[in-house]
Amino acid sequence: MSDLERHSYDIVVIGAGGAGLRAAIEAREHGLRTAIICKSLFGKAHTVMAEGGIAASMGNVNSKDSWQVHFRDTLRGGKFLNNPRMAELHAKEAPQRVWELETYGALFDRTPDGRISQRNFGGHEYPRLAHVGDRTGLELIRTLQQKIVSLQQDDERELGDAQARLRVFSELTVTELLKDGDAIAGAFGYWRESGRFVQFEAPAVVLATGGIGKSFKVTSNSWEYTGDGHALALRAGATLINMEFVQFHPTGMVWPPSVKGILVTESVRGDGGVLRNSEGKRFMFEYVPEVFRAQYAASEAEADRWYDDPENNLRPPELLPRDEVARAINSEVKAGRGSPHGGVFLDVSTRLPADEIRRRLPSMYHQFKELADVDITAEPMEVGPTAHYVMGGVEVDADTAACVVPGLFAAGEVAGGMHGSNRLGGNSLSDLLVFGRRAGAGAAAYVEGLGERRPTSREQDVRAAEQDALAPFRPPGEDGSVENPYTVHTDLQQVMNDLVGIIRREGEIVEALERLGLLRERARRAGVEGHRQFNPGWHLALDLRNMLDVSQCVARAALERRESRGGHTREDHPAMDPTWRGVNLVCAQDSPGGPISLRRQPVPTIHPDLLALFDRAELAKYLTPQELA
Amino acid sequence: MSYDAHLRVWRGDAEGGELVDFTVEVNEGEVVLDIIHRLQATQAPDLAVRWNCKAGKCGSCSAEVNGRPRLMCMTRMNTFAAGEPISITPMRAFPVIRDLVTDVSFNYTKARAVPAFSPPPDLAPGEYRMSQVDVERSQEFRKCIECFLCQDTCHVVRDHEENKPAFAGPRFLMRIAELDMHPLDALDRKRQAQDDFGLGMCNITKCCTEVCPEHIKITDNALIPMKERVVDRKYDPLVWLGSKILRRS
Ligand SMILES: Cc1cc2nc3c(=O)[nH]c(=O)nc-3n(C[C@H](O)[C@H](O)[C@H](O)COP(=O)(O)OP(=O)(O)OC[C@H]3O[C@@H](n4cnc5c(N)ncnc54)[C@H](O)[C@@H]3O)c2cc1C
Ligand code: SF4
Ligand code: SF4
Ligand code: FES
Repeated sequence: MSDLERHSYDIVVIGAGGAGLRAAIEAREHGLRTAIICKSLFGKAHTVMAEGGIAASMGNVNSKDSWQVHFRDTLRGGKFLNNPRMAELHAKEAPQRVWELETYGALFDRTPDGRISQRNFGGHEYPRLAHVGDRTGLELIRTLQQKIVSLQQDDERELGDAQARLRVFSELTVTELLKDGDAIAGAFGYWRESGRFVQFEAPAVVLATGGIGKSFKVTSNSWEYTGDGHALALRAGATLINMEFVQFHPTGMVWPPSVKGILVTESVRGDGGVLRNSEGKRFMFEYVPEVFRAQYAASEAEADRWYDDPENNLRPPELLPRDEVARAINSEVKAGRGSPHGGVFLDVSTRLPADEIRRRLPSMYHQFKELADVDITAEPMEVGPTAHYVMGGVEVDADTAACVVPGLFAAGEVAGGMHGSNRLGGNSLSDLLVFGRRAGAGAAAYVEGLGERRPTSREQDVRAAEQDALAPFRPPGEDGSVENPYTVHTDLQQVMNDLVGIIRREGEIVEALERLGLLRERARRAGVEGHRQFNPGWHLALDLRNMLDVSQCVARAALERRESRGGHTREDHPAMDPTWRGVNLVCAQDSPGGPISLRRQPVPTIHPDLLALFDRAELAKYLTPQELA
Repeated sequence: MSYDAHLRVWRGDAEGGELVDFTVEVNEGEVVLDIIHRLQATQAPDLAVRWNCKAGKCGSCSAEVNGRPRLMCMTRMNTFAAGEPISITPMRAFPVIRDLVTDVSFNYTKARAVPAFSPPPDLAPGEYRMSQVDVERSQEFRKCIECFLCQDTCHVVRDHEENKPAFAGPRFLMRIAELDMHPLDALDRKRQAQDDFGLGMCNITKCCTEVCPEHIKITDNALIPMKERVVDRKYDPLVWLGSKILRRS
């Protein structure tokens, strides 16, 4: 145990994306000593990649917007499976959270009268996304990062130590949560740089670890997205909900192969881009589902008029929620009307002047120019669906972000419920801010309520965590066989992509579960060479366990839900079924290392005041007759 | 379309190291980072490298390719002749940790030294009004992905460890310019830039601008204007005050 480093904090935040940083700021503002832990360098978290914007009904561009309209759009997007209290808090608080960023130094694009500009996005009735060109995530993370620095400067002045109340531990991976009985007592991890082990004593842990995309072959997500927070929560006794819902973003790059999956922002469509098949047809008009007929244009002429006159025209079907567009693209490609490299065409070149494209979509322009030799001001892009976001996550209390495990909180993509079965674009960045702040406050209140009685972790748990972390250096293959972690990872990605991907069938999911079992065996034998100093093979071998836990939850829940809704499409059960609308599937691990169990639980009921925001005819498409009565 | 490339990758740690030769398959459309990943997956599982987004957005994968500071994820393999050996080495201005990973803490220390945005005390959240033309100048600098390639290339610190305490480097001098040009920031920052962050040591060679993957005109738009205003201000503090007030109204 000689090389164990120990730290003690009031609150440990795992994750330095939007959710983690906002939570840490809140915890520090409550005067609590807070540690922020992240796998990458500070400022590189996934949030940096977000492009399109932050959804908040400030009403700067269309004054008709309000939290009620935002709430309504969010529930429609999530097909009424959202935790309604979360969706309500989110819609109400998002504007305040965005304005607050300006006081931290953020510089959003402006309206002519000097306010924050807002852009159109799929599923949002009014222009609602605060943005900075197509690099909004960078602005968000840099702003929060700089706010952290400014708080540290305050502490330096006041206490003579910049890190007295807020310290960032970057390139440190947490592999286990520590408990005292039922309650959280801290976290265990390793420095990526040295391989040295670290133990954090803390009565409250906020999970803000992001998503799970790296379990899929074609994804817009970075290496960090190995579902660590989901798996940590599961192993610590927390519950995961909605794991069957994975968002496939309709527009990822499809060519060249090495960039397949990289995101093409939805702003391309929000700003006028259209989807065409190999016959040159704008096919989305064929794919407007019944529930959305009343809100989307039926002809190209009307759709085109909408950009200039949204009051009197219906919006183009290219701006349907993502699940609809992704499925439509999938169908076109399957029907043989795809582009040369297996996608469809996304064209903005015939829709906007070249310099307008370069001004509004600068990073898309560069991305295609530099990675695919395509000039998007002159020719169409080729795009196809890519695994992008997980709606499922840790089950939390809407107001405090508390999980079922005392002392454990979760916010951001790792938390579940807010987005129901499908997330609207822009609703993640706002989610990070609203619930990041609430998690920081929730954790602070919990710690303050504990008083002097703080949980302590057990020495034997720390030792066990060390042993688990060292396992890849001595894999237990009976015949001495060692698996290459990179190969196991590639095989896992293939299984999830092919068998639990955008379109699912019972037989395939069953097969996936069998294969996941075999992969788990192989992962146990994953071995690495070399030593613990910055060893990516070792890091991956440890991440595999999390990816396998999470993939199993996705597959189990996908098998159970016999209907199609949002980010879960069953070819053998293609319709949306109102009796499933009220059901959350809950994954839990009843004993550490034990099997994952699955049970059903009712979705929290929607308060009558909120239900009254919809007309009956619309509700009838989602709810059962009993619920309507 | 695939061929074998000859890579020379620096391997080692703080104690020392050397270029190691590898032959690796390259496919159409691939970037240097793809090749590094293939090396990891097939020949050198413990090869240390930083990366995140693989799309030029996070600024993690900085290294020197044939001696030139670059993002590995944005450097296409087809920019090199097929037979030509390609050297990949860690950024030279920072201490090596292992292989291609360097200790970039210098940058975070400098970031923490720059006084934060100072918000106008009289405006509540939601009351900020700024016009697009006024925010655009600072917005250009906020495109920075903190890849630190400009810091790596700037000759003031590249082979001059001794200059590091007095010089913040182009990235953070630009940060000061960004705050200075923020329409609502309440501090005067030119004096600081000159006295505390070493603006005077920059002799506007523009090497930083040349390597910036975000194509930010660091020298022309941030450093030179700030140098000019430092001079103005030395002679006439009212010039500065006037400009701030004008910009605000
Ligand atoms: C390309 C792209 C574009 C997007 N565009 C938009 C958009 O325009 N609008 C929008 O609303 N949403 C968008 N999204 C979604 C949104 O960006 C993410 O959902 C969101 O940023 C997640 O933020 P987070 O704070 O939950 O986590 P992240 O920002 O992903 O941060 C996770 C953090 O957890 C840390 N971490 C993870 N595991 C561990 C561990 N074991 N130990 C220690 N640290 C750990 C990581 O290092 C990281 O710091 C986009 C996503 C992608 C991929
Ligand atoms: S212009 Fe100045 S900051 Fe940039 S590289 Fe030259 S000396 Fe360094
Ligand atoms: S200014 Fe350009 S080169 Fe320098 S750190 Fe920022 S993005 Fe990198
Ligand atoms: S990996 Fe993000 S910039 Fe290269």
